Amino acid sequence: MEILFSKSRSLNHFLMRSRKCWHNLIPRHFESMKAGEQLNHAHNYKEDYHDDLNDEDQVSKGLALNMYSTMVALQTMDNIFYEAQRQGRLSFYLTSTGEEAINIASAAALTLDDIVLPQYREPGVLLWRGFTLQEFADQLFGNKADYGKGRQMPIHYGSNKLNYFTVSSPLTTQLPQAAGVAYSLKMDKKEACVVVYFGDGSTSEGDFHAGLNFAAVMEAPVIFLCRNNGWAISTPVTEQFRSDGIAIKGQAYGIRSIRVDGNDALAVYSATRAARQMAIKEQRPILVEAMTYRVSHHSTSDDSTKYRCVKEIEQWRTEKSPITRFRKWIEGNGWWADQNETELRGNIRKQVLEAIQGAEKVEKPPLKDLFGDVYHKMPSNLQEQERFIRDTIKRCPKEYPSDVPV
Amino acid sequence: MSGIIGRKMATKGILNMNQLLLGSRVFASRTFSSSAKEMTVRDALNSALDEEMSADPKVFVMGEEVGEYQGAYKITKGLLDKYGPDRVLDTPITEAGFTGIGVGAAYHGLKPVIEFMTFNFSMQAIDHIINSAAKSNYMSAGQISVPIVFRGPNGAAAGVGAQHSQCYAAWFAACPGLKVLAPYSSEDARGLLKAAIRDPDPVVFLENELLYGESFPVSAEALDSSFSLPIGKAKIEREGKDVTITAFSKMVGYALQAAEILAKEGISAEVINLRSIRPLDRPTINASVRKTNRLVTLEEGFPQHGVGAEICASVVEESFEYLDAPVERISGADVPMPYAANLERMAVPQVEDIVRAAKRACYRAEKSVPMAAAA
Repeated sequence: MEILFSKSRSLNHFLMRSRKCWHNLIPRHFESMKAGEQLNHAHNYKEDYHDDLNDEDQVSKGLALNMYSTMVALQTMDNIFYEAQRQGRLSFYLTSTGEEAINIASAAALTLDDIVLPQYREPGVLLWRGFTLQEFADQLFGNKADYGKGRQMPIHYGSNKLNYFTVSSPLTTQLPQAAGVAYSLKMDKKEACVVVYFGDGSTSEGDFHAGLNFAAVMEAPVIFLCRNNGWAISTPVTEQFRSDGIAIKGQAYGIRSIRVDGNDALAVYSATRAARQMAIKEQRPILVEAMTYRVSHHSTSDDSTKYRCVKEIEQWRTEKSPITRFRKWIEGNGWWADQNETELRGNIRKQVLEAIQGAEKVEKPPLKDLFGDVYHKMPSNLQEQERFIRDTIKRCPKEYPSDVPV
Repeated sequence: MSGIIGRKMATKGILNMNQLLLGSRVFASRTFSSSAKEMTVRDALNSALDEEMSADPKVFVMGEEVGEYQGAYKITKGLLDKYGPDRVLDTPITEAGFTGIGVGAAYHGLKPVIEFMTFNFSMQAIDHIINSAAKSNYMSAGQISVPIVFRGPNGAAAGVGAQHSQCYAAWFAACPGLKVLAPYSSEDARGLLKAAIRDPDPVVFLENELLYGESFPVSAEALDSSFSLPIGKAKIEREGKDVTITAFSKMVGYALQAAEILAKEGISAEVINLRSIRPLDRPTINASVRKTNRLVTLEEGFPQHGVGAEICASVVEESFEYLDAPVERISGADVPMPYAANLERMAVPQVEDIVRAAKRACYRAEKSVPMAAAA
């Protein structure tokens, strides 16, 4: 399958707007697999170019249903955890609503050996790889079962076992790190690559320049996967950069780049698979710019209706949702029906609620987790401080919270 | 409460001190070699890097000009020829970039030695040093280890102005998760760099440009490739009984010179070469102060929130009753480093300042307005 690299139609065409609300959204014209092909609006969605693909690149029924269920799981888990924060049971949460296709389809195109460096809106990749709803809940509640030992705020998941680096808050730092991981991977000569995710806003950081430039010079097998969702908290892309999106920036560094419809799960899947093959076989970085829309508020600390139009959000939440589109496709193939949908959603909802209830009951991490892992070996000053606090607790037991293990 | 614990640790320190008697005067009296071998700090660092790269294929060097140019200060001379471009990487000019990449490589198990042309430029990468390296093991609950070394010249050189002269010891030493080392002699340089490379935690290794060309005697033990010095242990460079002077890096040499001058006036100064800024060897410092009852802290960097401030606090917390005089704090002037030679000279501590401070601590001089006071 030949990938034609995006001589992308101007993004400005789409983006020429003020902050006024659009009711007739201009259909986004951007190129995906075949140069020049227009993708219609959700109403008349045509995913039939998929049928022109080679057999081994086609998405089978099993894979498609797996992808769809995981996308629904992500959406459901996001909704419920978000509500839990609103109810005061969690301190913070951040959803990936509207970006389920990027999360799941890109993850499905990778193997477990591929190393993932996320930003923070990609828990779907972890979900695909096998992180359970209980494990998510444990991290959010920072309880004893959390792999992070209660050290990090919510949504900062990580798993060595699943090759998913712990989420780190400063933006874009993961890009040069990814080039470094790829450099190390290259020395291992493994059939694997590094995949690093970031948003449109991140591309303004200095680390974006350094990461891409270096990866190109070092010929590192990294896939730079940009989720261009139009917003960085309240900053729309027109105020973030004046370039034609991000694909053109990749090209500037000598990195082969492609722009893809991020809400088309099949397109994301194919693009990521091809990028992975190229990155590994040719030992070079690839940039994939996935166009999407951030349906969610930035996080629970944000109310995006303050800076954008509710109608716009609703359109992207419903008709243009990647889940809606993919569902149409699997239904069209006769693989899915309404009762499957109800059953799936009911099941997942129940599991998420159970996970929350379970996580809430688990004890918080013990006192020793305060002092460990600062260094490999606990230094004497921290040992001394731990002894001191334990002595103090013994002397004044009433001052220490009863529900926190010592 | 902590004072009681502290006192117990200080007494342990006295025993350790005896083991630390490796002053250069002692070397001269060793009989197995007729002339002690001399080595420049530059050669000491180069040999340490060479030996560690040879012993462990995961160790690699990265930075600007480290390869073809043989190193901006020739510390990495010969390494490119010996180990090839896969292990000695010349990078594009982006500290944030190559620091981030080094950290990423360390995340995946390699052992990078990142060179900053001077630590002033590390500020462009400080987010990666602190947020990506120092905190990672803790934040990931031990899942992400960062066995990385950041090294380069630190502090004032000669006539290079404000943006090339700052000392970063206090900045990095404030951050938990980092280890911060500052060698003085060639033996320090060899032993500490080897220890840093072998250490699984991120280490900031602060060298000094003006010391690179200085020669020091090195023992046969120090020349062995398995040699290393423990991190967190200071060295008593010169024993004394009247006043303790703590110093690190180039200032150790100044303190030793001051001690010579003081000796002629009947003041016996004990000079402590800190070697390790984080962790700080509090037991050794406190044991020394309990012996001499007077303390002068010496550093090149800015006074406010400096290394001397931390040492003073530590001594006041643990050995207050032993102090016979207020702690004297000698540091660089509270101004960005000026360029003109006469101004530069006034902005960094000189031997005369150390002598005067020691005398003040011994009540042998008028207590004057401290020179390097913070506002």
